[in-house]
Amino acid sequence: MREKESAAPAIIEAQGLVKSFAGAAVVDGLSFCVPSGRIFGILGPNGAGKTTTIRMVYGFSPKSQGLLRVFGLDIDTRWREIRSRIGVCQQDNTLDPDLTVEKNLLVFASYFSMPRAEAKVRTEELLDFFALKERKDSDVRELSGGLARRLMLARALINQPELLILDEPTSGLDPQSRNQVWDRLLTLRAQGITILLTTHYMDEAATLCDDILIMDHGRELVRGTPAELIARHVGQVVLELVEPDQQARDLVTASSLTYDDLGRRLLVYASSFEDLELLGERLGNRRRVARPSTLEDVFLRLTGRELR
Amino acid sequence: MSPWGNISWRLWRVWARNAAVYMRTWRINFLPPLAEPALYIWAFGAGLGGMVGRMAVGGNFVGYAAYIAPGLIAASVMWQAFYENTYASFVRMYYQKTFDAMLATPLSLEDVITAEVLWGASKSLAGTMLMSLVVAAFGFIRFPEGLWLAPLSFLGGLAFACPGMWITAKTPSVENFNLPVFLFITPMFLVSGAFFPVEGLPGWAVILAKVLPLYHLTRACRWACLGGSGLEALTSAAYLALFAGIFYFMAVRAMRKRLIN
Repeated sequence: MREKESAAPAIIEAQGLVKSFAGAAVVDGLSFCVPSGRIFGILGPNGAGKTTTIRMVYGFSPKSQGLLRVFGLDIDTRWREIRSRIGVCQQDNTLDPDLTVEKNLLVFASYFSMPRAEAKVRTEELLDFFALKERKDSDVRELSGGLARRLMLARALINQPELLILDEPTSGLDPQSRNQVWDRLLTLRAQGITILLTTHYMDEAATLCDDILIMDHGRELVRGTPAELIARHVGQVVLELVEPDQQARDLVTASSLTYDDLGRRLLVYASSFEDLELLGERLGNRRRVARPSTLEDVFLRLTGRELR
Repeated sequence: MSPWGNISWRLWRVWARNAAVYMRTWRINFLPPLAEPALYIWAFGAGLGGMVGRMAVGGNFVGYAAYIAPGLIAASVMWQAFYENTYASFVRMYYQKTFDAMLATPLSLEDVITAEVLWGASKSLAGTMLMSLVVAAFGFIRFPEGLWLAPLSFLGGLAFACPGMWITAKTPSVENFNLPVFLFITPMFLVSGAFFPVEGLPGWAVILAKVLPLYHLTRACRWACLGGSGLEALTSAAYLALFAGIFYFMAVRAMRKRLIN
């Protein structure tokens, strides 16, 4: 793993990254590498430090400690150059409500000192790519959530960035809009753009991400490809018991399989459906469902189930 | 920390963004600076002027309407810049998250804040240009000295834009702006010397008036319009520059503390 990382040119390189607010570390010694041309996902519960991490990467929040390079450049001193080569799609809608859809793109291009003619061409391309052409003269306040998100993405791409940073790119969108966004992001990766994203949706992470880092309390919990993480932490399949009685619990405990007891539900992890057969027979006709395990199982297993 | 290292020419793009938004609704924006002085001059000149008689300005005597016209210009400069960099900047910063979006581009915080106050001062300048058309039509501005109103308005604009921006950095919610308006802007308007010579007030009030920037802007504008002591006008301009400079640094520092963490 280490060798593979050093062979490919790292777009983002973070070592021992720390961010403290009033003495409390929100990001606490995070190290990771984002290789070129991949989609890297940072996952974690609310307050895990995801947004703080990416804010440091685009030079919005100064880091408290550690090393952080983007394109091999130090973020503290070369932030202006770095920002001119990245695109950022923040979590909140930060579109300019005083400007139309098209003007949002053109004015944003001016912040990158892009020549007018080039900005015009690029704006046309992006309105096309995100199917916003018909809405180019609309007031951005009238856009639906899905359209606004697409415009945010279009705006983040105005400077033809080498790295795209997305903070929860599909939160609050309907399934159609989410799929549209995913489709565009995969197209962008195919064009060679590196993407760093955070998300709360495990299906999104599984669909998009080549590499995943799950963090909590500002630290890394695990890292790997979605398939690796699933195989390593929750096996291949899960048997979900609904409203288990004491006898069912005893049977599971006796089976020597890994499990999580959630009270109303009991999850048993195994590497194949065959491994669950014996236990399944013993459980008789109790309510249960066997299914392939998912990233969500990994996530909940590692970050706990309590609300915070 | 000095803001200079983080300032670039790109800040004019932020200024241009604000200017473009302003020009989108130019009809509405141009109306108050044109209508207001006409109303005041008519009401005060015709109504109060007859009772007050003539006022002394630098050894000459002028009608009451002519006397208050420079004060009205100064007050408009104050309102334009102060409003722009309090309510309007706060809306951009807090509700529209425009600054957040800008700070993901090669713009620095110093670029954004500097552009905001330069824009506030530019709005003051634009207001003065429009107002001057009306005031000059009444014959209350001498030329060519009257042209000094343009740089004075920009400078005066900065002297209200910068404290406005500082207050914006400190204020928790948009309602809180009522407080500085009530405590700072309105009393300043009354004791600025726009309507009567400040020297007639009790001693403590004279000192207070002379600390406040509007007194100085009024004095400088009155010199440009009607004549009087050039040295006094110059001293006032220097005071405005100092006032703007101090609050500029305070605004940048407070904004950095508020936005960058």
